[in-house]
Amino acid sequence: MEKKELTCIGCPIGCTVTVTMRGGSITGITGNTCPRGRRYAEKEVTSPTRVVTSTVCVKGGDRALVSVKTAQDIPKDTIFACMRAINGIVAEAPVQIGDVLLENVAGTGTAVVATGAVRRRRD
Amino acid sequence: MKAYDYDIVVIGGGPAGLAAAVAARDAGAGDILILERDREPGGILNQCIHNGFGLHTFREELTGPEYAARFIAMVRERHITCLTETMVTDIDRDKTVTAVNRTQGVFRIRACAVVLAMGCRERARGALHIPGYRPAGIFSAGTAQRLVNMEGYLPGREVVILGSGDIGLIMARRMTLEGAKVKVVAELLPYSGGLKRNIVQCLDDFGIPLKLSHTVVAIRGRERVEGVTLAQVDAAGKPVPGTEEDYACDTLLLSVGLIPENELTRGMGVEMDAVTAGPAVNESLETNLPGVFACGNVLHVHDLVDYVSEEAACAGRNAAIFAEKRRIGEIADSGPQGVASGCEPETVLVPGPGVRYTVPQRIRTERMGERLTVRFRAGAVYRDAYIGVYCNEERVIHRRKPVIAPGEMETIILEKRLLTAYSNLQQITITIEEA
Repeated sequence: MEKKELTCIGCPIGCTVTVTMRGGSITGITGNTCPRGRRYAEKEVTSPTRVVTSTVCVKGGDRALVSVKTAQDIPKDTIFACMRAINGIVAEAPVQIGDVLLENVAGTGTAVVATGAVRRRRD
Repeated sequence: MKAYDYDIVVIGGGPAGLAAAVAARDAGAGDILILERDREPGGILNQCIHNGFGLHTFREELTGPEYAARFIAMVRERHITCLTETMVTDIDRDKTVTAVNRTQGVFRIRACAVVLAMGCRERARGALHIPGYRPAGIFSAGTAQRLVNMEGYLPGREVVILGSGDIGLIMARRMTLEGAKVKVVAELLPYSGGLKRNIVQCLDDFGIPLKLSHTVVAIRGRERVEGVTLAQVDAAGKPVPGTEEDYACDTLLLSVGLIPENELTRGMGVEMDAVTAGPAVNESLETNLPGVFACGNVLHVHDLVDYVSEEAACAGRNAAIFAEKRRIGEIADSGPQGVASGCEPETVLVPGPGVRYTVPQRIRTERMGERLTVRFRAGAVYRDAYIGVYCNEERVIHRRKPVIAPGEMETIILEKRLLTAYSNLQQITITIEEA
């Protein structure tokens, strides 16, 4: 039997969650205070994921950048591939919160969406 | 002629100011004005592009700009005026606010109630006494965050971070994602000042080492940072000779604490708390000057914006109640000394062993709601400890917590019926007791 101790990143409480495993399958999860912690622990020991947040250049806006995130969490090992794809995006002002700026980033099936708004620059 | 230009003037349009204004309006306040010095409201949230905000307030995980946008929308829906690029330079004891901006020049506003929501700023290198020259490449973590996330500049390629506060941890990940090499995060204390989840997802995820009980003892380079020397520190925080390690780097980020921005508050002669560096307040989050309320990081530095919003809403509601009482003449308009809160019996909240401070610092039990949230911080890391609450000498709450750490603000709820059971309640003491 194998025991793994994790810190849940689901919320700022940061529960210490203990996962017991046998032969690659989970036999028990303890220490979480909510279902979110259970889901996090299951994922973290099998296929860990993260939401990636960054910025994207904006053309013709009143600001040079807009903040973005992956609409869902993506596999941890695709983070840097995602960042390369995000750094290749140039958005056109105006941008609204929730605008999809790139579909299926780095083959993850997840979109990159704006988390901020940028108005068109008044000349 | 109206006695006041505005019922409530909110100083600062960050998360605290926005939430205070929204709550004040919802509690019936008429004319509300928010004064914000930056280009847009939202405060520090606009540069906090990472996620993890709002689980408590909105039951979903948002980024900083998204969280700010929700509150900005609420302010707009309520037709609350927000003047941006406007700097408040002074507030009188009679609540006349002096401000300046490009279009109106210097102007004065008479407020019936004032909500202080100016936030905090970062401790800078000057506060640390690190020897060496003053080369380019030394930034506070928040400045680096603004440069990367809002201005689009990467301030360095090889980075050492001193201090493990949340902004430092967040910037370790952010700089790494943008292609910089973060070599190490050094922390003077034997524990991190940041949230555990940030150590996992910002350092562990990227293999960035965290060196506890370490500090920077030398910065090399005259024009630009060329490297720093770290050394281990002893229990007294003094560097231990022979433990020095050199790191080549072009950038040093400092995440070494936040200071509530209280120049205006002190200028008004508000009574301060030496530990929080914010004003001392009562259960209504009102300072010793009647009608002057405080909330958010100007009151005490928070870890979570959700708690800032909650606290600010409380300050906003109480400001609205104050303005209404004065409007109907229940509170006389006789200057700051007219209705000093000291006229009513007050119970003092005392930080006992293990507790650094409490907010609020005093309670008028008659004025409190059915339940009052008291926020406090521990002075050290405790495992399997208890939070104890004593009314006068009698213990009334004894709550077990697996971990209590200075980096994570604690709360305790005091119920009114518990306190009113005492006919002569002089003080309430909050302690941390080891098992």
